[in-house]
Amino acid sequence: MADTARDAPPEQTDFHELEDGEELFPEPATTQESQPASLAAEDISTNSNGPKQDSLFDDDPEDLFAEATEEVSLDSPERDVLLSDGPSPAITPITPPTSVITPRIGHTHDDMFTHSSFDEIEEEEGGDSFDIHISVSDPEKVGDGMNAYMAYKVTTKTSMSLFKRSEFAVKRRFSDFLGLHSKLASKYLHIGYIVPPAPEKSIVGMTKVKVGKEDQSSNEFVEKRRSALERYLMRTVKHPILLKDPDVLQFLESSELPRAVSTQALSSAGLLRMVNKAADAVNKMTIKMNESDAWFEEKQQHFENLDVQLRKLHTSVESLVCHRKELSVNTAQFAKSAAMLGNSEDHTALSRALSQLAEVEEKIDQLHQDQANADFYLFSELLGDYVRLLTAVKGVFDHRMKTWQKWQDSQMLLQKKREAEAKLQFTNKPDKLQQAKDEIKEEIEELEGKVQQGERDFEQISKTIRKEVSRFEKERVKDFKTIIIKYLESLVQTQQQLIKYWEAFLPEAKAIS
Amino acid sequence: LHCVSVLLTPRAVNVDLQTDAMLQVDISDALSERDKVKFTVHTKSTLPNFKQNEFSVVRQHEEFIWLHDSFVENEEYAGYIIPPAPPRPDFDASREKLQKLGEGEGSMTKEEFTKMKQELEAEYLAIFKKTVAMHEVFLCRVAAHPVLRKDLNFHVFLEYNQDLSVRGKNKKEKLEDFFKNVVKSADGVLVAGVKDVDDFFEHEKTFLLEYHNRVKDASAKSDRMIRSHKNAADDINRIASSLYTLGTQDSTDLCKYEQMLSLDFTRSCLHKIEARIAADEDLKLADLLKYYLRESQAAKDLLYRRSRALVDYENANKALDKARAKNRDVLQAETSQQLCCHKFEKISESAKQELIDFKTRRVAAFRKNLVELAELELKHAKGNLQLLQGCLGILKGNT
Repeated sequence: MADTARDAPPEQTDFHELEDGEELFPEPATTQESQPASLAAEDISTNSNGPKQDSLFDDDPEDLFAEATEEVSLDSPERDVLLSDGPSPAITPITPPTSVITPRIGHTHDDMFTHSSFDEIEEEEGGDSFDIHISVSDPEKVGDGMNAYMAYKVTTKTSMSLFKRSEFAVKRRFSDFLGLHSKLASKYLHIGYIVPPAPEKSIVGMTKVKVGKEDQSSNEFVEKRRSALERYLMRTVKHPILLKDPDVLQFLESSELPRAVSTQALSSAGLLRMVNKAADAVNKMTIKMNESDAWFEEKQQHFENLDVQLRKLHTSVESLVCHRKELSVNTAQFAKSAAMLGNSEDHTALSRALSQLAEVEEKIDQLHQDQANADFYLFSELLGDYVRLLTAVKGVFDHRMKTWQKWQDSQMLLQKKREAEAKLQFTNKPDKLQQAKDEIKEEIEELEGKVQQGERDFEQISKTIRKEVSRFEKERVKDFKTIIIKYLESLVQTQQQLIKYWEAFLPEAKAIS
Repeated sequence: LHCVSVLLTPRAVNVDLQTDAMLQVDISDALSERDKVKFTVHTKSTLPNFKQNEFSVVRQHEEFIWLHDSFVENEEYAGYIIPPAPPRPDFDASREKLQKLGEGEGSMTKEEFTKMKQELEAEYLAIFKKTVAMHEVFLCRVAAHPVLRKDLNFHVFLEYNQDLSVRGKNKKEKLEDFFKNVVKSADGVLVAGVKDVDDFFEHEKTFLLEYHNRVKDASAKSDRMIRSHKNAADDINRIASSLYTLGTQDSTDLCKYEQMLSLDFTRSCLHKIEARIAADEDLKLADLLKYYLRESQAAKDLLYRRSRALVDYENANKALDKARAKNRDVLQAETSQQLCCHKFEKISESAKQELIDFKTRRVAAFRKNLVELAELELKHAKGNLQLLQGCLGILKGNT
């Protein structure tokens, strides 16, 4: 469907699709604001790295936007920024990108908003700032035995007009989350969006829960998972594009959700995924791309380094959590021992002081435990999230390479066909000549289209990635800062408690005579 | 060395209010060589038997042990708590760690390497200081003891400026020692079963047996606790370094400078907090417990010696009765009995005082340590709090 659009001059195509777009939008509440939202709106990058080709858009806009909302203004100040120099990829600018950014739901109503800037979209929301909070809570075991599962309550609180209500809750199970991620990944990853990965499956952990072991480790597992699911959702909705995806909205809002079966590890879909992953890995090794844009090379190196650093950090934090738990155990044991010593001490005041010491140490043990939890939930899990996120980031770079490869392949094929066309002149079967010539001409035209599309796709994904990377880095820095602050605050609390305990103990020690 | 004063009685070490003149001993210097430590023992004394009023000699660990053993083996001192021998200087673990660090230098950043090296060197220094303190405490306890300070071997130890040539015990001697201890513990069980006529000693026996075991347990547990704390501190060190590296690599961040600054701050913050606590607990609590483990053992040994003397006395009585009954070797038996009686009474008398002093010393040492521990913990917690709040201020201010 998209292909037919490519042959015609883009403006007309867009025009047609424009009308379709208004009806194809599935959301019943078709406010003007939500319409552009559902599209993977391609935009002129607001960052200073915008490619120069955007200057060509001057000619098109008015027609395109006649039917669309009026809020999109192309003469926005941001565009001036874009027309400044940024490292431009070595491609000749052509027509505005078309369906390369089509979310695969099968609709191609994205083009009209290719010009809106990111910021403009957010402004379009009628002044809606990002205000949404999702919590995952109340894990409830449903069913028995090996078919049992955990149901989580997903509560959304928001003032954004994107949603029908300001506060609502639904019940979801783990596979629902996986299903959501799977859908988002298939729609957005290949065009350069960093889709947050879902929490990991754990057969061991889940089995314990299913079997009904009500012990601390299975409680910890459920809590760990609940927290991870919450972070996953928050991260997903923080992404301005993903937030408006209909699947996301459906996930958050609708009470019934079709069961996502293809997420099961051993299903045919699961196996297919594994095979694809392996194939991808092989392909990646064989693609040798001429990187014309130093920015990408630099960023890839940066992410490689970051990956190494984060993994190292993650290991250290996990080690810390382990040692702190150990410390807690040892402190508790020491406390008991000190109490015994106090009991056998026959000097009364000293005996009392030793018992007090034992109590202080017991309280400190509790502090260590709490600190270990903080270490874990704040730090360790965040690092784990980022290690996984980086995989998604790297994946997006890989997709860009694949897109490039596709484009190059089309170009090579075109070249071959042109050579074949030239050779046709020397064929010695004059009757078949005309037919062959026509055939080849058709093929060439088609390939020319493909090449153009390939180039546009490549350019588009490059642009998207630049934006996404910038966003990712901002988020990362913000996240880490937040976590560090929270962690330090937890340390502050610990110190305050310590002060309390030791201040209470000091007079007891001094009272020994 | 502030370890020392911790373990001694408030009773002044150097000024002797009794008839004897002043005797002050300390370790003024120490040198750590590859496999041994050389202590410079410095003495100031007005005792007539010394050639000078102030002098120094160099001694090694084996010589301290020799001195200690000579006390233990001396029958005259059976009625005293012999100050426990200082533990052997043990730098093996620390040296191993330093060596491992050197080998692994290539695998970490220069930053990390320098940090860890500093850590390990500090650890080495701490162990070194501790071993010096332990040796000094031993000498000071001897110098403070009204009887032991007069011991000839002690004076030789302090003054003779040549090597004492006391090689470490060879295998045979070590084996003899081992059996002696085995016999002693078997005896200990035997003797412990006999109820003492004297209430004071009966109470002391019960108390010491239990106390010693509990101190042993507490000492072991405190060691474990401290090791865990050190492990956690090492982790924090590594984490802090990683955070710093992350921060310095962040070329995309707009406020790179502030970020780096705050990360650096955070890092040194975290590091200081954890490392400090581990060091202080170690010093105060663990050393105290370890020392009293040894002291309570020495006290137990005293009780054992007294019990042995009691048994000998009782046996001598029985022998005398038998001799009188048979009217044979009566004089011999009488002499023997009198000797045993005298020995037992002498030991009992001094033992009583020793045990009372032991309690006084113990209570004072615990008090001092516990107070200092609490004060240090408070000082650090407050300091850490300030540091953390400052750090938070910087981080939050950058948003």
